[in-house]
Amino acid sequence: MTNGNDKQAVADVVLSTRIRLARNLKKYPFPARLDRDEKKAVCNLIKETLDGEGLTHIDMETLSPVEAVSLAEKHLISAEFASNGTGRSLLLSENEDVSLMLCEEDHIRIQIIEQGLSLDEAYKKADAIDTVIENKLTYAFDERIGYLTQCPTDLGTGMRASVLLHLPALSRKGAVRNLTATVAKLGLTLRGSYGEDGEILGDIYQLSNQVTLGISEKAALQNLDSIAMQIVTQEKQARAALIKDEDFMDKIFRAYGILKSAYKLTSKELTNLISYVRLGAAEGLFDIPAERLTALTTELQPATMNTQSDAPLTRSQRDIRRAERVREALG
Amino acid sequence: MLCQNCKKSEATTHIKRVINGEATESHLCSSCAQNSGYRDLFDDFSFNLPGIFSSFFGDTALSLGESRLDRCEKCGCCFDDIIKTGTVGCADCYEKFYSKLLPSIQRIHGKAKHSGKIPAIHEQEAAVKEKTTEEKIADLEQEMQKAVAEQNFERAAIIRDEIKKMKGEN
Repeated sequence: MTNGNDKQAVADVVLSTRIRLARNLKKYPFPARLDRDEKKAVCNLIKETLDGEGLTHIDMETLSPVEAVSLAEKHLISAEFASNGTGRSLLLSENEDVSLMLCEEDHIRIQIIEQGLSLDEAYKKADAIDTVIENKLTYAFDERIGYLTQCPTDLGTGMRASVLLHLPALSRKGAVRNLTATVAKLGLTLRGSYGEDGEILGDIYQLSNQVTLGISEKAALQNLDSIAMQIVTQEKQARAALIKDEDFMDKIFRAYGILKSAYKLTSKELTNLISYVRLGAAEGLFDIPAERLTALTTELQPATMNTQSDAPLTRSQRDIRRAERVREALG
Repeated sequence: MLCQNCKKSEATTHIKRVINGEATESHLCSSCAQNSGYRDLFDDFSFNLPGIFSSFFGDTALSLGESRLDRCEKCGCCFDDIIKTGTVGCADCYEKFYSKLLPSIQRIHGKAKHSGKIPAIHEQEAAVKEKTTEEKIADLEQEMQKAVAEQNFERAAIIRDEIKKMKGEN
């Protein structure tokens, strides 16, 4: 990962890195066996423990459904957490890289999001917060099976690490299915992201570790990092072949044309078109920073747009405003 | 083919697992398969969500009636509840139902021995245990020297072997 070419290749393919640690307090039953008041007590205890860590406390009961869904669209909370706020709290850092879901599936879900491929950095941040809590509260832990979690699939380190990959060329080649089977043998999962009804939108895939027990955080992260790098290399090779295809080049330029001049854009259309433009930009066809494209796809999701507007927008109004914002961003 | 486990009944279940690239195969009879946490294939054909999660758990609790009476004192959860919901009630449940949960945990993760971060408080506990072993060795060494001084070489040899054994275990 040290040489410049590799760095650029990683930046072209890896959108973001996410680490999640699942933790529970020894003293309380797991969240599914807690009523509202008990959940609130657990949330308060953790909130007090993390006083001074620069995290804002959000009582999920006080959020409107639109505000809650917007947080889920930004991957700061899970869809399930957004759908039911009873007794639950969220702790969020100002730049939204650190979020703690309290009384979701486990008492504590520490989550770190970083741009690009940054597993070690993300883990360090998660580990630091984990240690602050650990020094003041007693975790549910067993020497044999590690951190105890409500669902046994998270036992051990309780760590789920994932990287978000943009794989348009491997998708076109139909190579993702094979890749999914290969990484499964290595204890990893590759699945489409942003999907509705099982449909993979925008060629975005999530690669994450499957096994949490019997493999240390360090080993799991190294494994994930090395597989991610191999996929990056394969994707870059496939791209080099793909942009020689004139019909495909036409698709890239047409997508750019639509985004630059459309009057209305649905969220799904934007996601699919931006995939072509992201690929074009990465291959040097357009001069648009990748971060700007990522920001557009995040900010222009339905609920997030509604939270930024004074009055609720109709679907049609949103599509018009979305197209406006995209035209501005692409100049 | 006979069951590889009990070597008595006919093997009816062929289990092939690939974990971290390592493939293992076993041929078991239906009762040994169930005891190792593998249920009948068709049991998984239920489409309710908790059912899918709970299919992680083996059908260890065939005797539903009995296990209902055996509840976790802290959260009141019985093993049936864990199977039905696919979720464990509290930290104590893991202790109480450890042997029943273990086959499923092994099946999910391939291994059942934690590796990685340990909360400092547990590390200290582990350190205390280790220290007592060291202290024991120190005590024995003193005793051995005393035996040598008394020219009781037979006793000294026994103690020496004991020290060797303890050091070997560490």
